[in-house]
Amino acid sequence: MSQDHRHDEAAREAHLAKHRHPPQPDDPEPRSDYEFLGVALRQLLIEKGIYSAEQERQRIELLQAASPANGARIVARAWVDPGYRARLLSEPNAAIEEIGLDCVHPMIVVENTPEQHNVIVCTLCSCYPRMLLGPQPAWYKSANYRRRVVREPRKVLAEFGTEVPLDVEIRVHDSTAEMRYMILPRRPEGTEGWDEERLAELVTRDSLIGVSHPKQP
Amino acid sequence: MSPRFAVGDRVRIADRSPPQHNRTPAYVKGRSGVVERLCRPEGQPELMAYGGDGEPFQMVYRVRLAQSELWPDYAESPSDVLEIEIFEHWLEPA
Repeated sequence: MSQDHRHDEAAREAHLAKHRHPPQPDDPEPRSDYEFLGVALRQLLIEKGIYSAEQERQRIELLQAASPANGARIVARAWVDPGYRARLLSEPNAAIEEIGLDCVHPMIVVENTPEQHNVIVCTLCSCYPRMLLGPQPAWYKSANYRRRVVREPRKVLAEFGTEVPLDVEIRVHDSTAEMRYMILPRRPEGTEGWDEERLAELVTRDSLIGVSHPKQP
Repeated sequence: MSPRFAVGDRVRIADRSPPQHNRTPAYVKGRSGVVERLCRPEGQPELMAYGGDGEPFQMVYRVRLAQSELWPDYAESPSDVLEIEIFEHWLEPA
């Protein structure tokens, strides 16, 4: 490496350091043109005062704090409180706010029963109630799941280890527009007398999407 | 705005393919089902995708379709269904 080249490198680094003010210090360095464009767009939005860096930080924190534990709390409450269950199915957003959670989007909650099993997909993209379930699993976004679960739901559920008897109706919910969906799974047998906190531990992310049942006690 | 359809009405999802963005998946186009519920009026995705305001807003319905209506060779169970959100301007009486 020539002297000049080393000098150029150092000058470039210094130049970058001077101009680099990543919106979030833990952002990975952008590697593609599109990533650079994304960073530039965010910096411009902040510089022009469309939103502040602080608002961006709060939004990221909010999204990162979301996890299936939120959905599990809602389900556990519905399992122990029949009035809450009825409100959750008829007025889901109000019922969810009632326990201090904000779902951002209008929600529909559908209940699994001995006669009916529900499962959620978004065939057009990957719509998902992130505030209640956390980030989507990779398979939920995959073309394979999105294409197949509307076409052969029982086979796809079986691949998740969920065998649905033929006399149980399957309802696939394609979440293509404005609403977001969550399943209210069936309460496992053998949990009589359990409190909400203990019940919530049985509720998994996949049982809230409908591809599996809650954990058995 | 008064909704054109009510819960229980039989409806057909329009079979058209506009060149712009829309939120009606190909596999339900031309298929018939029953209105399961009315969601709420929303902006038209065909307009909002390009910076428009989406006016006039359209009622969004959830339509329930038999799996056998969607896939003539569906072999899993005759009672299985699929429910999907469809904007009013994509629905016609069946």
